[in-house]
Amino acid sequence: MNRVKNILLAGVGGQGILLASEILSEALMLAGFDVKKAEVHGMAQRGGNVVSHVRYGDKVFSPTIPDGEVDILFGFELLETARNLDQLGTEGVVIANTLKLAPPSVSIGKEAYPAGLAEKILEKVPNAKIIDGMGLAQQAGDARTVNIVLLGALSTTMDLDEAIWQQAMEKMIPERLLEVNKAAFALGQSA
Amino acid sequence: MTKTILSGNEAIARAAFEAGVKVASAYPGTPSTEILENVVQYPSIDASWAPNEKVALEVGIGASFGGARALVTMKHVGVNVAADPLFTLSYTGVRGGLVLVVADDPELHSSQNEQDSRNYAKFAKVPMFEPSDSQEALEFTRLAFEASEKFDAPVMLRSTTRISHSKSVVTTGDPVTDLPETGLEKNPPKFVMLPGNARKRHYVVEQRLEEMADWACDQPFNRIEEGEGDVGIITAGIAYQYAKEVFPNAPVLKLGLVHPLPKQLIRDFAARFKTIYVIEELDPFIEEQLRAMGIEVHGKDKLSLCGELSTSRVRQGLLGEALKPETQEDLPPRPPNMCPGCPHRGVFLALNRLKAYVTGDIGCYTLGFMPPLSAMDTCICMGASIGNAVGISKVLSDDERKKVVGVIGDSTFLHTGVNGLLDMVYNQSTATVIILDNRITAMTGRQDNPASGYTLMNQEAPEVDLEGLCKSIGVKHVKTIDPYELDLTRETIREEMERPEPSVIITRRPCMLMKRPVVERKQPLFVDGDRCTGCKVCLNLGCPAIEWDAEAGKRGQAKVNKFLCVGCDQCRQVCKFDAFGVCDE
Ligand SMILES: Cc1ncc(C[n+]2csc(CCOP(=O)(O)OP(=O)(O)O)c2C)c(N)n1
Repeated sequence: MNRVKNILLAGVGGQGILLASEILSEALMLAGFDVKKAEVHGMAQRGGNVVSHVRYGDKVFSPTIPDGEVDILFGFELLETARNLDQLGTEGVVIANTLKLAPPSVSIGKEAYPAGLAEKILEKVPNAKIIDGMGLAQQAGDARTVNIVLLGALSTTMDLDEAIWQQAMEKMIPERLLEVNKAAFALGQSA
Repeated sequence: MTKTILSGNEAIARAAFEAGVKVASAYPGTPSTEILENVVQYPSIDASWAPNEKVALEVGIGASFGGARALVTMKHVGVNVAADPLFTLSYTGVRGGLVLVVADDPELHSSQNEQDSRNYAKFAKVPMFEPSDSQEALEFTRLAFEASEKFDAPVMLRSTTRISHSKSVVTTGDPVTDLPETGLEKNPPKFVMLPGNARKRHYVVEQRLEEMADWACDQPFNRIEEGEGDVGIITAGIAYQYAKEVFPNAPVLKLGLVHPLPKQLIRDFAARFKTIYVIEELDPFIEEQLRAMGIEVHGKDKLSLCGELSTSRVRQGLLGEALKPETQEDLPPRPPNMCPGCPHRGVFLALNRLKAYVTGDIGCYTLGFMPPLSAMDTCICMGASIGNAVGISKVLSDDERKKVVGVIGDSTFLHTGVNGLLDMVYNQSTATVIILDNRITAMTGRQDNPASGYTLMNQEAPEVDLEGLCKSIGVKHVKTIDPYELDLTRETIREEMERPEPSVIITRRPCMLMKRPVVERKQPLFVDGDRCTGCKVCLNLGCPAIEWDAEAGKRGQAKVNKFLCVGCDQCRQVCKFDAFGVCDE
């Protein structure tokens, strides 16, 4: 049996993390894997941090990732990526967004947004890929497609057929938004 | 038969459809809410939000007595509210199958306690299934309907957050077709629980449990997975997944029915091993029953009674592995907050300023507890705010009594708050009650309620007249205000706190996230750098759209995040220097 692979998506409520993890799990199922995904709704959504666990392999038991065993840390916001850095296993990969969103203590001036987070991530994971998701999404034609740009970047570290990603997007994204999202995905792939 | 990825909640909804359910009733509550929201896609089911869990179960019971299969869902604490009908329903049994899905929340991701509902199954003498993934959520729900009719009993299905909100691959089935017709059928000895009838039914209940315990010994949902070694594992629900992950080769007895336990099956399994581990979340529910059977086990001597289990926590408890730190602790936290433009915000600012003692309740407004608003002093359960205000007022001096204000949301008021208000008027308490009427049940994801004007099926419905309701109870002073008007809000609350009579203030303004009708965002505000003195008063609102720019001005200045601001104007009203303006179109 192949070892189960673990992807942790981390960011802030409202960033489209749930849709990204839905497309990701759909693609993995289409590729023939057993897939489980877990997240917590409710209180956590009111602007708080959000994580989504996606696990796949021949057979997955727990829907949540054991502590410290993340293979791919998929970060939508810099502070939330850094917050989960200790969850990475040895040889873990990081795909992250340069975006910074101030948490409440920073907004109200009690403390500063932590400096040097990108450097800290690169120090721990020298080949971490930190991309300007927002810039690329705007280039694709809609700032709201950041999540799909990031998914495109993630796809380059995974061994799934391009057709499967396309099929998963077609299933999960409404028709009228498909074109701009596919463009966003492609930009993420070449980032 | 198709393969899809479903959450536990989606799978339960699908199972209700496949099982031929005709009526589904619920009150929302995390993590159970999405079950009914998904049932709506199956037009063969009459799905509705009840005002509270007790009514939801009573609606389900009525449908069952009319011969239909009925689904009732709620979160764990909802069963406290529905316990009264549940315990006697256990005696009457059912006509059409009735399944009560209860979703527990170990770790309190979104709850006020982490009670273990399995105890209710034992207490009410009702059978309970517990699935370990979405496939089982679907299969066990279908099975629960069959068992309900076979054993003439309501059947509970226990989910937990990690089942309800996790997705896994599911093969769906076809709907049943051969269910009996519905219609009236009288049977008073079974359905009228007066002492004479109920006394007889109690024997039926006890016998039913014994029969089920025997039956459950050779059913496929209670299965043995053979393995190696001299440690045998007994487990159920999500804990099974952690057990398999940590001990992939160990022999496992996986229980699908957690009440009643298949005693003989357990005895035979346990006799084969030197050591037995019971791996279960929260209470030692299985463990204690095994001990009572004279079986030595390890369980809560090694695993915590508190919080949820995980692969890592099972490794720590049973293999002695150290836990890794969960997250980087030196980074600023990101707690949940009221949204920009939330109509609750100004009310809590006023309560803070008036130094009120606030008996609180449950909803988005419970976030009024957090700094900088810091204006909530108690929170027990839904509806508690009013009774708590009445009680504490009884033991205070005249001066202190004026400080007591109960705050309660519209959905929570209609859930169980009305009863508290009856007490307040009847027993002549002088406390002040604020009904935070944001026109929706926001906390759990904006569900409709009897005051919102729509049903779960998206049909128009009569709206409860909250003012009229309070007046009919006997409250003479009922005032309705717009909580966006901060001076008026503060002045009205101050006046009513002073008044030595019961009074109700209804603060009415729709939730910013409301979809029907959509609440229009207004033009965002901006801070005029020439006027802002950096006094930080606006930061006391705790609005996510107001940021502090330490570099600006002489000692820093406030700044509005245009992408977050919805133009509610509350910050402009608190500013003494007129520093806020509205951006041009
Ligand atoms: C007995 C019980 N049922 C359900 C819940 C889940 N729950 C928490 S708050 C809430 C409703 C809040 O709605 P409302 O009072 O209108 O306040 P809002 O969130 O809209 O501010 C619900 C359903 C609960 N905590 N307890």
